[in-house]
Amino acid sequence: MKMQPPAIVARDLAAGYGAHRVWAHADFSIAAGSFTAILGPNGGGKSTLIRTILGLLPPADGQLQVLGEKPRRGNRLIGYIPQRSTFDPELSIRGRDFVSLGVDGHRWGMRLLGAATAAAADVSIRSVDAESYADRPIGQLSGGEQQRLLLAQALVGNPRLLLMDEPLSQLDVRNQSLIVQLIEDLKRARELTVLLIAHDVNPLLPHIDHVLYVAQGNVAMGTPQEIITSESLTRIYSTPVEVLKDSRGRVFVVGLEEEVSHPHG
Amino acid sequence: MVEQSIFTTITNTSPQVSWNLFDDIAALFHYDFMVHAFEAGTIVAIVAGAIGYFVVLRSSAFAAHALSHIGFAGATGAVVLAVNPIFGLLVFTVGSGIAIGALGNRLRGRDVTIGIVLAWTLGLGVLFISLYSGYANEAYAILFGLILGISANDVIFTLVAGIVTIAALIAIYRPLLFASVDEELAGAKGVPVTALSIGFMAILAVAVTEAVQVVGVLLIFALIVTPAAIAVRFTSRPFVAIATGVVLALAFTWAGLTIAYYSPHPVSFFITSIAFATYVVVRLAEPIGRRLRRKSATAASIQDQQGHTSDA
Repeated sequence: MKMQPPAIVARDLAAGYGAHRVWAHADFSIAAGSFTAILGPNGGGKSTLIRTILGLLPPADGQLQVLGEKPRRGNRLIGYIPQRSTFDPELSIRGRDFVSLGVDGHRWGMRLLGAATAAAADVSIRSVDAESYADRPIGQLSGGEQQRLLLAQALVGNPRLLLMDEPLSQLDVRNQSLIVQLIEDLKRARELTVLLIAHDVNPLLPHIDHVLYVAQGNVAMGTPQEIITSESLTRIYSTPVEVLKDSRGRVFVVGLEEEVSHPHG
Repeated sequence: MVEQSIFTTITNTSPQVSWNLFDDIAALFHYDFMVHAFEAGTIVAIVAGAIGYFVVLRSSAFAAHALSHIGFAGATGAVVLAVNPIFGLLVFTVGSGIAIGALGNRLRGRDVTIGIVLAWTLGLGVLFISLYSGYANEAYAILFGLILGISANDVIFTLVAGIVTIAALIAIYRPLLFASVDEELAGAKGVPVTALSIGFMAILAVAVTEAVQVVGVLLIFALIVTPAAIAVRFTSRPFVAIATGVVLALAFTWAGLTIAYYSPHPVSFFITSIAFATYVVVRLAEPIGRRLRRKSATAASIQDQQGHTSDA
């Protein structure tokens, strides 16, 4: 693998709203082309970290470099999937229109010559295998289908960095592993750097290179081997967590069900 | 006052529907007040039908309704000060529109805040009516519309305001659509969501002010919300939905005006009733249409199944 400058570098970074500090003294570096899971208890500031990287929230202290520059709102090199439950079932807009807004929704006026936009949206929809339902109202699609279209929207314009805030939380186990596999495939094909907030780490374990954990006012980085242990997860979440290995060597995290079942508590 | 006299004019001359369609249409446009009513009604229907799409998409129906009610205080206040009620209406709706827009779409309890302000301004309106006692017709016109009393100047005002609202809507069309579908995402992509929210409510305020002339503050829903609410049930393509909303709003207005011309009852009654009846028919017909569509979709998906594994 050729040496590339890191995608994200934080030096003594702090984030907060007004006088309130969510976390501080964050030092980490995320390698280009890596897959990172962001873990941590609710209210720890995981979404705040994503918002800071997106440039939606200025750093309260320290330095942050994203793809070699300061965080900047509307950076076309970043694809983003915000935290959401699902689209309103009454939302009467086609998946294709939603993805097209990802292409040129930030531009003023109406779309006069839509061919280029339609083509870009189409390429993105194909890359996530969503052609068969892209023309149906997005609110009426299943959680897995909606997540694929959100991914298609995030991928328009060939971003270098993909940020996802709990893309798996509304999916069943089968769709979770399908979406994670799709993200992994896209990451390899496009040499993307992926950061993903998750509550349930199990579907991610085979794929992630780093874990960034956000807890008790701190942000720290480690390898899955270091973090995914009973001792460190119990410390991070301040609740008894056990990491088990099955007969085939697969790792399972047990004890975060409470967190998973109350994701917004 | 004006409305009363027009009704007596109509009943005195008592137009009758004949079997000759050309005679009927000629009769419809025989009087200036009917020509003005059709002109203003057409402009208002186009504006209301178009902006209504965004009202429905942003779930801002209550905000639209509230704008018109808050405008009532402005209109009655203007009457007390012997100013054109339209200007009072415009000042109050645009002012409150900007305030509501600044509250933001996501804020929980926004509707409660709007409702509290709304109740107070309606109270103010009642005070202004009592200060201007003896002219309940003015209040009646503001509440229920006075399209048959529209002057040539009013038509010009409506046309100018209509052009401004449509132009503004075209200018912010794409980012507004983006922010209406997913505000968080649009914000991250660099769309100024708060400024758009304020801008949209200001445009809506001007549209509401125009529409009040036709259906009055109490019946604004029929022209701004109903056509768009029906349109989004037919199509999930934004531009087609807007066009459908405009066509429906035009149909309701023209049909209402035509029927009212041959009847002693108020125009707003017919416009709102036709809008309501259309909505009811569409909602009742929907389950049938869905069943038919599912049947054809199943047939299509059976052909499609080779080579495709569908997700979920």
